Amino acid sequence: MASTGAGYDLSPTTFSPDGRIFQVEYATKAVENSGTVIGIRCADGVVVGVEKVMLSKMLLPSSNRRVATVAPHCGVAQAGLAADGRQVVARAREEADSYEDTFGIPIPPKVLAQRLGEYVHYFTIHGALRPFGAATMVAAYDDREKTHQLYVLEPNGVCLRYFGAALGKGRQSAKSEIEKLDLTKLTCKEAIKQIAKMIYTTHDESKDKPFLLEFAWLCEETNWTYQLVSQDLVDEADAWAKKELEDDDDDDDDEEMAS
Amino acid sequence: GADSRVSTGTYIANRVSDKVSGLHDKIFMCRSGSAADTQAISDYVRHYLSTHALEVGKPPLVKTAAALAKRICYTNKEQLLAGVIIAGYDEADGGSVYVIPLGGTCLPVPFAIGGSGSTYIYGHVDNQYKAGMSLAECKKFVTEAVTRAMARDGSSGGIIRLVNISADGVDREYLTV
Repeated sequence: MASTGAGYDLSPTTFSPDGRIFQVEYATKAVENSGTVIGIRCADGVVVGVEKVMLSKMLLPSSNRRVATVAPHCGVAQAGLAADGRQVVARAREEADSYEDTFGIPIPPKVLAQRLGEYVHYFTIHGALRPFGAATMVAAYDDREKTHQLYVLEPNGVCLRYFGAALGKGRQSAKSEIEKLDLTKLTCKEAIKQIAKMIYTTHDESKDKPFLLEFAWLCEETNWTYQLVSQDLVDEADAWAKKELEDDDDDDDDEEMAS
Repeated sequence: GADSRVSTGTYIANRVSDKVSGLHDKIFMCRSGSAADTQAISDYVRHYLSTHALEVGKPPLVKTAAALAKRICYTNKEQLLAGVIIAGYDEADGGSVYVIPLGGTCLPVPFAIGGSGSTYIYGHVDNQYKAGMSLAECKKFVTEAVTRAMARDGSSGGIIRLVNISADGVDREYLTV
């Protein structure tokens, strides 16, 4: 049960007596209430899946992209307020571009993560600005270390590197599902299916709006560039996830019948 | 390799100067043109390179040093009179040479020459250069080239400084007449 804030939550420049900055925590709430975003660093690449909530049936499926390429070797997925997320993406693209111009090499993932962390954090220390209501998952390839990496950037500016991460409504159950997987062996293609299943599991048919699956990945097959996963792979994962869920429901029914 | 003469008009201000500046452990810059300009450039590049190395956590690449030097030379092309050669060793690309002449263009090249004395030895180096020379052959190539340049150019002279950079480390030496 969150405390009321009662006067200490009017500005990001005010600490509460117990050392919290409420405005930043409220920004994190905006992320927590958004569509689920799941990212997994697999054995052979990084896969990111987004539960893209369809606000209207009239919307084109490809509009309101939640994933974006920042540089050929890195890309992001956004959770939270879409417009805030777009700002972070724009900044990431500038950083990556100017870094390559200045230093002659593609921006190393950890440098990009750090720069974005500093950028997002900046908005949490000014009274005239509000924090970003968006969290960003960064998938990137480090050309010198020859490793693929996954980072999560939160509205408070903290940017950490993960094996697997989840943001948004379904993050709690998604996180426990990710922990059950063996990430040292999991392939990207398999991860796409697993992520689809996690999203379907956490999606509440009665309460939540209809959604589409949006996937992007970075692996050997894409030559270590960040790209949208092809529609047939997404459809395949979609169908598989739906079937898995039905099977699980049938199993539950059978159990009930038996007892 | 480089000569060691710094002159103001006919007066030789320094006959033993070091025109091969270190930018990082295994990255060096050969300076030609205005000594003040090239020293300023090498100081800037050394600074940015060290910060960059700390951020990345690894030795910087030669092409990064070249990109930094190029940016400075090109952006300030009106004010500067500097022709530099960036050379060094990194684990990603091995040994590399980048030449940045007056306008601020940056070219990766197998070998490069620069400075006032270089005009007299273009024919010589084009004739003598072979790809894949051994260390001894390279030293002979550089020494001969600089010697011939010093012989014809009034602004070049003094000793020949040689810097050998490889995976094993850096080796500095100088040769007198």
